[in-house]
Amino acid sequence: MSAQTLYDKLWSEHVVRVNDDGTALLYIDRHLIHEVTSPQAFAGLRLAGRKPWRPGANLAVPDHNVPTVGRELGIADPVSRLQVETLDKNCAEFGILEFPMNDPRQGIVHVIGPEEGATLPGMTVVCGDSHTSTHGALGALAFGIGTSEVEHVLATQCLIQKKSKAMRVWLEGTPPAGVSAKDLILAVIGRIGTAGGTGHAIEFAGPAIRALSVEGRMTVCNMAIEAGARAGFVAVDDTTIDYVHGRPFAPTGELWERAVTHWRTLVSDEDAVFDTEVRLDVSDLAPQVTWGTSPEMVVGVDQVVPDPDAEPDPVKREGMRAALRYMDLTPGTPITDIRVDKVFIGSCTNSRIEDLRAAAEQVRGRRVADSVKQALVVPGSGLVKRQAEAEGLHRVFLEAGFEWRDPGCSMCLAMNADRLEPGERCAATSNRNFEGRQGAGGRTHLVSPAMAAAAAVHGRFVDIRKENP
Amino acid sequence: MEALTRHTGLVVPLDRPNVDTDAIIPKQYLKSIERTGFGVNLFDDWRYLDPGEPGMDHSRRRPNPDFVLNQPRYQGASILLARENFGCGSSREHAPWALQDYGIRVIIAPSFADIFYNNCFKNGLLPIVLPAQTVDRLFREVAAQEGYTLDVDVGAQTITTPGGEVIPFELDPFRKRCLMEGLDDIGLTLQHADEIRAYEARRRQEAPWLFQDLNEGDARP
Ligand code: SF4
Repeated sequence: MSAQTLYDKLWSEHVVRVNDDGTALLYIDRHLIHEVTSPQAFAGLRLAGRKPWRPGANLAVPDHNVPTVGRELGIADPVSRLQVETLDKNCAEFGILEFPMNDPRQGIVHVIGPEEGATLPGMTVVCGDSHTSTHGALGALAFGIGTSEVEHVLATQCLIQKKSKAMRVWLEGTPPAGVSAKDLILAVIGRIGTAGGTGHAIEFAGPAIRALSVEGRMTVCNMAIEAGARAGFVAVDDTTIDYVHGRPFAPTGELWERAVTHWRTLVSDEDAVFDTEVRLDVSDLAPQVTWGTSPEMVVGVDQVVPDPDAEPDPVKREGMRAALRYMDLTPGTPITDIRVDKVFIGSCTNSRIEDLRAAAEQVRGRRVADSVKQALVVPGSGLVKRQAEAEGLHRVFLEAGFEWRDPGCSMCLAMNADRLEPGERCAATSNRNFEGRQGAGGRTHLVSPAMAAAAAVHGRFVDIRKENP
Repeated sequence: MEALTRHTGLVVPLDRPNVDTDAIIPKQYLKSIERTGFGVNLFDDWRYLDPGEPGMDHSRRRPNPDFVLNQPRYQGASILLARENFGCGSSREHAPWALQDYGIRVIIAPSFADIFYNNCFKNGLLPIVLPAQTVDRLFREVAAQEGYTLDVDVGAQTITTPGGEVIPFELDPFRKRCLMEGLDDIGLTLQHADEIRAYEARRRQEAPWLFQDLNEGDARP
């Protein structure tokens, strides 16, 4: 057999049948569900009198609408409440495991999947959510789907899919201290653009990826979708296997040994050929800060806001101008002169324990700047929150003037009460800086957790390589 | 999708031409998170005397006693007899959803709007086109006889009246098959159910850890 990429392997293991038109019926091992994209799918099942094909393959959790404070009082907004209650009811009716809002394991769907061992290497993982690519960090083929497909997966445990092209993003070198997984992926998106990965499944590889923890790899794979790719993944290695070991739903005993033997094959063959290759040396990479309204509008913290006039492509130039108007920024302004009103540390990109540790490091013994109106830490899950509290991180944040919240999507998309007011500027560890994403008129700068925490302390962006805490 | 091969049901006559989808289900109900539950708001503007909003307790609203659906003799009807150009206007699939949710399985009319006609098949509803005179006669028979039912045989493409008259109707072969087998996208995939099961059986041998039932594995508090 000719050399295969990891994508080829993951794909071919899941093909149930190839249709006449070249599409494949792809088997789905794990289906994750949240409250926003599932109600009509469940309703569709009910209307058709269908049952889930394999209820035990699904895991559900409310995350988008849940309040991050005062949760014991329930959800005040009736529309949000209805959506969350609908999920509870659907899961009860169809026999699907759910971690409801007040379950200690509740959290952002993409945080709890790996955390619980519900998503495993070699799986196909889908969810009605574009950031499902996160789970690719474990060596899984994971991608987001629409509501009709949610219904399709529930009913058949399969999807009709067309194979993508294979891209490898190879990251060379060792990044400097203070430069994290978030900076790597922002730099990659800055390089290839938000459409760079369109039509591709991206394998992230190379020494800089190997050196990352699984949590860091999740941050990278999470934003594959921001590079235009539906799926991003990292080959299995010891780091992956150590991470999975002992997770609640991970195999044990003899099954574990068998699984590990198979998982070790989940790497691209040495002479495998990719449709597209990208290489980036990250040895001198600076912490990254987005300045615009697309994740590709990103520069190092030691740089200035770029000048549209220097952009030769007229379409891009106009896009930059519009972004600068929305963001109220002037070309040539040093990034470190940009002041922030709010700070958000959370989201499926950066709300795991390592992220909170990195943020706490910047904050320890310091205070949130007076000019900062609000600084939120929203752990990705109840278990992350508990772990952080066991390590005393919550006290570090609280003493500095941060708010320590309950887990959920929160200010990543402002579907609950956490949001930016018009014109407010935020340093956010999330993944999308689109207009209005964090609240109508809000201005988002995407950064790493350490950079966001430092921005809270200084009231502006700082180069954390220099400002050693 | 529920298969429809044969259906016997009480007939309710809606004696108006050009019934549009906004009348079938008014726009305010399109905000719903569900695809079901529209039945209570089917023909909402005609059916209730007071204005309706989503989230209301519709059982407390004042039904319009003059509207045909509210008349005692038509309770439990599952065949809607209608006039020409039924389902015109907006393309909302909520219209067939509402009809189906109410309990309608068959709609008989001299003509239907295209999009609505298509949407019906996607949702397991059978729209039957009959000549205007035949529809007219059915209207008269329904009015004359309480408890008037029709027997619709999809396979034979016939309608049988209580008097034993057999009325043939047209049906596209592909749509007929989808309807009789209850097929939709999901239905088509489920035609390969045996292949899916064979795949699962093989994978259970190769990689049994992929098949842990999360419900059973969830032993922790
Ligand atoms: S944290 Fe943000 S990006 Fe992630 S699932 Fe929630 S809303 Fe989506």
